[in-house]
Amino acid sequence: MSAITPDVIAAHQLTPPEYEKIVSLLGREPSLTELGIFSVMWSEHCSYKSSRVHLKKLPTESSRVLQGPGENAGIIDIGGGVAIAFKIESHNHPSFIEPFQGAATGVGGILRDIFTMGARPIAVMDSIRFGKLDDPKTGSRNRRIFEGVVSGIAHYGNCFGVPTVGGECVFEESYDGNPLVNVFALGVFRHDEIFYGKATGVGNPVIYVGAKTGRDGIHGASMASAEFTDQSKQKRPNVQVGDPFLEKLLLEACLEAMRTGAIVGIQDMGAAGLTSSTCEMGSRAGTGVEIELARVPQRETGMTPYEMMLSESQERMLLVAQRGREQEVFDVFRKWGLDAVEIGVVTSDGMLRVKHHGQVFAEIPNRALADEAPRYQRPYTKPLRTAPLHGPTIASSGLAADLKALLASGDICSKRWVWQQYDHQVRTNTIAGPGFDAAIIRIKETNTSVAMSLDGNGRYCALDPREGTKLMVAECCRNLSVMGALPIATTNNLNFGNPERPEIMAQIVESVEGLAEACRFFEVPVTGGNVSLYNETLGAPIFPTPVVGIVGTLETASPASNVFLAPGRPVILLGGLGEADWDHLGGAQYGKVIVRSLWGRPPKLDMQYEKRVHSAIRELVRGRVVESAHDIGDGGLAVALAECCFGASQVGADITLDSGLPPELLLFHEGPSRVLVSTAAPEKVLAVAGKNNIQAIQIGVTLESRVVIRNRNEALIDCPVAELNELWTHALERLLQTTVPA
Amino acid sequence: MKVGIVVFPGSNCDHDAWYAVSANLRHDAEFIWHDSASLGGVDAVILPGGFSYGDYLRCGAIAKFSPVMRAVKEFAQAGGPVLGICNGFQVLTEAGLLPGALVRNANLKFVCRTVGVEIVSPDSPFTRKARRGQHLQLPVAHGEGCYIADEATLRQLESEDRISLRYVDNPNGSLRGIAGILNAQRNVMGMMPHPERAADPLMGSTDGLVILSSLIESSSNSKAPLKVQALAS
Repeated sequence: MSAITPDVIAAHQLTPPEYEKIVSLLGREPSLTELGIFSVMWSEHCSYKSSRVHLKKLPTESSRVLQGPGENAGIIDIGGGVAIAFKIESHNHPSFIEPFQGAATGVGGILRDIFTMGARPIAVMDSIRFGKLDDPKTGSRNRRIFEGVVSGIAHYGNCFGVPTVGGECVFEESYDGNPLVNVFALGVFRHDEIFYGKATGVGNPVIYVGAKTGRDGIHGASMASAEFTDQSKQKRPNVQVGDPFLEKLLLEACLEAMRTGAIVGIQDMGAAGLTSSTCEMGSRAGTGVEIELARVPQRETGMTPYEMMLSESQERMLLVAQRGREQEVFDVFRKWGLDAVEIGVVTSDGMLRVKHHGQVFAEIPNRALADEAPRYQRPYTKPLRTAPLHGPTIASSGLAADLKALLASGDICSKRWVWQQYDHQVRTNTIAGPGFDAAIIRIKETNTSVAMSLDGNGRYCALDPREGTKLMVAECCRNLSVMGALPIATTNNLNFGNPERPEIMAQIVESVEGLAEACRFFEVPVTGGNVSLYNETLGAPIFPTPVVGIVGTLETASPASNVFLAPGRPVILLGGLGEADWDHLGGAQYGKVIVRSLWGRPPKLDMQYEKRVHSAIRELVRGRVVESAHDIGDGGLAVALAECCFGASQVGADITLDSGLPPELLLFHEGPSRVLVSTAAPEKVLAVAGKNNIQAIQIGVTLESRVVIRNRNEALIDCPVAELNELWTHALERLLQTTVPA
Repeated sequence: MKVGIVVFPGSNCDHDAWYAVSANLRHDAEFIWHDSASLGGVDAVILPGGFSYGDYLRCGAIAKFSPVMRAVKEFAQAGGPVLGICNGFQVLTEAGLLPGALVRNANLKFVCRTVGVEIVSPDSPFTRKARRGQHLQLPVAHGEGCYIADEATLRQLESEDRISLRYVDNPNGSLRGIAGILNAQRNVMGMMPHPERAADPLMGSTDGLVILSSLIESSSNSKAPLKVQALAS
């Protein structure tokens, strides 16, 4: 075995002080296998070493939280003896290297996190961000990444049989060369079906199930070690390859095996598969785990202990069964045609002991790996900010043209091209799917449905990470409320640049504190999530991009419409016209698409007012007082109004506003706390608004086939719905067909 | 009256079919595991959607070798009604119970949306409760749903009134807009659209019930009236 040189340590992305800590924890020099094991468990990805001290600020408790952060997924009680498990994970870097497999295995990984807890996955959503599709320099690469990611998500989710029911899709220069692929999954089970990743019961067998282990996904950094290159000159793929069919079998087999009652603990093999599953299961139970690698099902010959421990082959699980009942487990896996092999045993000594043909290759206290990872109080200054405080002078050259340009822009246009590739209906629970403000999935076993929404806003957060994050939580809760759901819990994915830069670390700190404040205020505790750092493109960090996934509950019923259904209905702006000045337009889509710049501040948020809007709209939707309801978000009032007209019958609206704001602000500012509704009972809407102490202005009526907006006596916009709808519907196809002149 | 729903490894609309029959239509339904050599006395068989055996090689190509398919063939030869939905349609063509083949969608992309489907032939156990020319709104969800066959087969299907369903707006490039076909004995039908996804008012359409309740009515020996509540007209 080669000596551990400073180069080898650096190649494992461990610092000299971290190495010294390893030596002192072990009381000796580590072997190369042990070094590899430490390097993954102490990586940013597994240990959250830069973010952990700040993540502690997040609220994690409520009467509904059955499981908070620290397990494979958070669990929330939704009543009737039923619970949901949900989480979000990123697969940003793999999706850049190999978009199709990177995204596909991102879906596979998060699904395993859900069913390893005993829950059957019933919905997936994706938050995906790319560089601009029509950029003359990078457009063709961005289109390739985008199309690859979408088909990877479709491939995995469709075959596995889980509906992909919503998400968000953004195009921004900041994500050139560093796409973001965040995948959310949610599963359902009864309280008595919950399983944990604990290796309890000394003497119990440790069983490996699922796909065979290969050399795929072994951490790129480890390739550089001298011994390693001697053994395998061949470059191994760093991106894993997914097999959704195998995962489907694994799902059914695991759930069936859990029902036998013979399983005491189970965990999926995610990052650093065998390593993380063994030491985390042992650490949680306060036990040791001893495994014999020669028994591990292998896809390739001649694999070293180092390779096996670091392999990230997909579709594998580790479980601990009751001694004497292992055969029941084996029988279930045999029925599904899957490998299930006893590879080790639970011990009392708290050690992770890895043997290969009887020889010990690693012997590390589980706690040292799982709980003693370094935690850094990384220095931070002020959040990185490159945008100016004041923008250029704005005078629209045509408001209708501005509206059309916004509707045809990548962020706002219809994402039908994307979601038609996703099976969003399988399992016949999708009451509201893609295209709604939030998705609704019914739970067949109860009369309850679960609503869910994913939201992020890199532009807002680039201007002010704290306020941007609060706005995002507010918007996500608003999306749920518009569907009639009560928001109850949050998962989050923090996508940032290099935390070793104090101005980036400051973005993280501000954003996490904003998240904590908003989640506490809106009573949506954080039950888990993921942190993805070092997202940089040629030294330039991505916009700070936290993404939240919030779930809510409601009674099972047909959803409220998100579009106008009939002409002649009063249109009411719930929450009022909002406040804005030029500085607060810089983060909006108007700044991005029309002014092509980023400046100023994100919109102003009054959380108290926002919350009152949520309760008002929830009451209106649940009471069926409104015929349609749609959140005002990207692109402001004019865009939301146009979107309300894009139903099957293309009902338009005749709107008259009464405001002293310049028309560009009035129509396109993105002030929060606003919802557009149509109703046959305007007086009831006004009454509910009054009761909740929020503004509600009747701004017009629906009419057939035109969108007309004026302010006082000034005509602002007058367009046929069909024309706007055509632009909005086909914009993404057009962006994808962009050809770059040679 | 009992409907058997075959479960291959990789089937993923099996539960949806079961739910539509047992919860929406309130009839008995049971699952039949793929390595079962017998159908256990069911009166009708549904081959559900999904990705049987991962759809490796070709969609449905491996499923045709599973033990249960021998039993399904015998059941069909004896006149029992067999409905293949989506992947089930692919399995039926691979198994030779229906002519032609289903290949990659014309635009090479998976498509999931609700499409208009016309009842071309009500003369089958699966469409008898529908009117000729009736339009249904049914979801499709497939990557390989483009129906192809040689010209002689297509002409034969037309002349024998064996095209049961046609797309109003063809989502996948199927020849002659074919969405569903029958075998010569008219007791085996394959269709790409998913009737089980349009069986519940909460899912936005109940048009699929006309297919499923036709199947149930045809398979019921008794002439007792159906206990169907929400039939699409």
